[in-house]
Amino acid sequence: MLQDKDRIFTNLYGWLGADLKSAKARGNWSGTKDLLAKGRDWIIEEVKKSELRGRGGAGFPTGMKWSFMPKESKDGRPSYLVINADESEPGTCKDRDIIRHEPHTIIEGALIASFAMGAKACYIYIRGEFYHEAVAMQKAIDEAYDAGLVGKNACGSGWDFDIYLHRGAGAYICGEETALLNSLEGKKGFPRNKPPFPAGAGLYACPTTVNNIETIAVVPEILRRGASWFAGIGNEKNRGTKVFCISGHVNNPCNVEEAMSIPLKELIEKHGGGVRGGWDNLLAVIPGGSSTRLLPKDLCETVLMDFDSLRAVNSSLGTAAVIVIDKSNDIVYAIARLARFYWHESCGQCTPCREGTGWMYRIMQRMVKGEANIEEIDMLLDIGSEIEGHTICAHGDASAWPIQGLIKHFRPEMERRILEYRKRIAA
Amino acid sequence: MAHAQKVKFEQPKEFKFSPENMKLVEQHIAKYPKGRQASAVMPLLDIVQKQHDNWIPEVAMEEIARLLDMPRIKVFEVATFYTMYNLAPKGKHHLQFCTTTPCWLAGSGEVVKACEKHLGIKLGETTPDNMFTITDVECLGACVNAPVIQRNGDDFYEDLTPENVIGVLDGLKAGKEVPKGSRTGRLTSLGAQGATCLTDIAKKTGNKVAGEGKK
Repeated sequence: MLQDKDRIFTNLYGWLGADLKSAKARGNWSGTKDLLAKGRDWIIEEVKKSELRGRGGAGFPTGMKWSFMPKESKDGRPSYLVINADESEPGTCKDRDIIRHEPHTIIEGALIASFAMGAKACYIYIRGEFYHEAVAMQKAIDEAYDAGLVGKNACGSGWDFDIYLHRGAGAYICGEETALLNSLEGKKGFPRNKPPFPAGAGLYACPTTVNNIETIAVVPEILRRGASWFAGIGNEKNRGTKVFCISGHVNNPCNVEEAMSIPLKELIEKHGGGVRGGWDNLLAVIPGGSSTRLLPKDLCETVLMDFDSLRAVNSSLGTAAVIVIDKSNDIVYAIARLARFYWHESCGQCTPCREGTGWMYRIMQRMVKGEANIEEIDMLLDIGSEIEGHTICAHGDASAWPIQGLIKHFRPEMERRILEYRKRIAA
Repeated sequence: MAHAQKVKFEQPKEFKFSPENMKLVEQHIAKYPKGRQASAVMPLLDIVQKQHDNWIPEVAMEEIARLLDMPRIKVFEVATFYTMYNLAPKGKHHLQFCTTTPCWLAGSGEVVKACEKHLGIKLGETTPDNMFTITDVECLGACVNAPVIQRNGDDFYEDLTPENVIGVLDGLKAGKEVPKGSRTGRLTSLGAQGATCLTDIAKKTGNKVAGEGKK
């Protein structure tokens, strides 16, 4: 278990105040000018050495991502940092706490990251439903401007830096980085074809890096304490601390910052207060937000919560949003409801996703009642594989994964329902 | 998914931003580089919705198109793409029930049923006195405080039960200030059993520590 002294977000629960004075008392904004004085290359090198991987779901190495940005502008185009706070993956509510309770570590991280990438401006894209969180974030930004921490000659570093907040308006797809950029440009949230990648042509066709807000928020502490501190937590290639969300059928649903690679069982028992009705009442866990394939109980006994361990059991860490499902639950409905989510949130740009998510949702609705043919279970897999890899963005892939997880681990339950339904109507 | 407008209603003939909101409009436009003012379309739609009784009429979209020097259809495209923009009138309190899996696991189905019974309407409908419109939405992003509802795109009511949600409805109907956040007295996303980490700070700030009983 992570020790309290190694926790970055000491105000995760909001009991210390989010204002600048309280944030400074917690150590935010201490020595920022000196960190910047060490230079862009040093910052990127430290972030690389810390082995920080993106916290938005894909787990791409952050330092490497930053190094894709042009060192200098040869054609006069400015560079941008865009921070993704469009947190909408079902199960996930970690960014919400960081925004409302630790906004200053975000702003400080944004300054450092922008400086390292040569970006003079940063946009934070926050989901529209987080109205009060946006108010808290804006208040912190205003405080930072008034104190000279951002703006002209930010922190006395000689670097001019502007930071702006942009609210979304209810579209899951805008969490996809290129859809987010389109939305930020005042368009529908349609994902873009890649290449060009944002580092080449992103916001307003300028070099852009999109980072998750948790990724940005941990950067100042990494630089202050040293890359080796962060890289000393967790297992190889899965380093540092991570905010986990534990929801569903646990006795103590909560958010908590823990060490990467913590065993799932320990996370649930220690922080989640255990599974409702005891560990043996556990049916399955969705380990990293709705897109990740569920894990049945036997895998939950031993799996570690990090990118590579979860990939090894054919799932994913995603946003580290643990959704616990106990035996009292209708597992087929739980996944059918996610199928509805992906259908509802498909932007409609690519046919396989627009149509396929609807097909899968309609079949899944019948699967809940058992009103289906046995062959339709394989048909679901077939539709999923027709969507996967045939769309501009990963929304289509993500819509197929929860259903694949269900069929892999709960096919007998689906078959049982179908046979029982047949018996019932035959009687 | 289409956001069907089943109820007939009239579109107003004109829309003007109030002088205070006009200042906000200018502030938002100034956030974006010169020539990129179209980026402000989302904040402007939001301002319209706040000013105009929680929905966006077509004339307001035309006004936004004029202010931002963009084709009307582009504004319309944005307004119809995002679910938070209401393109038809709603009740005074537009309550959106999250029913996605994490909320459903925590009992959102029962919460919806209790509200439907109490108000005498179904999801997607408005009460005859125009006080409440209830709809279901996808994940609101407050899953450890599930089930959750959102009012008029602003306030979250969290940790709901079929019983305590009635208090929210009655409070709103009586015109009372119903505090946002947890209905069971939880502090944000801290577990109801108390802190499982950072126990020194928890104690210093008078918060419960898990396994130690009342503070």
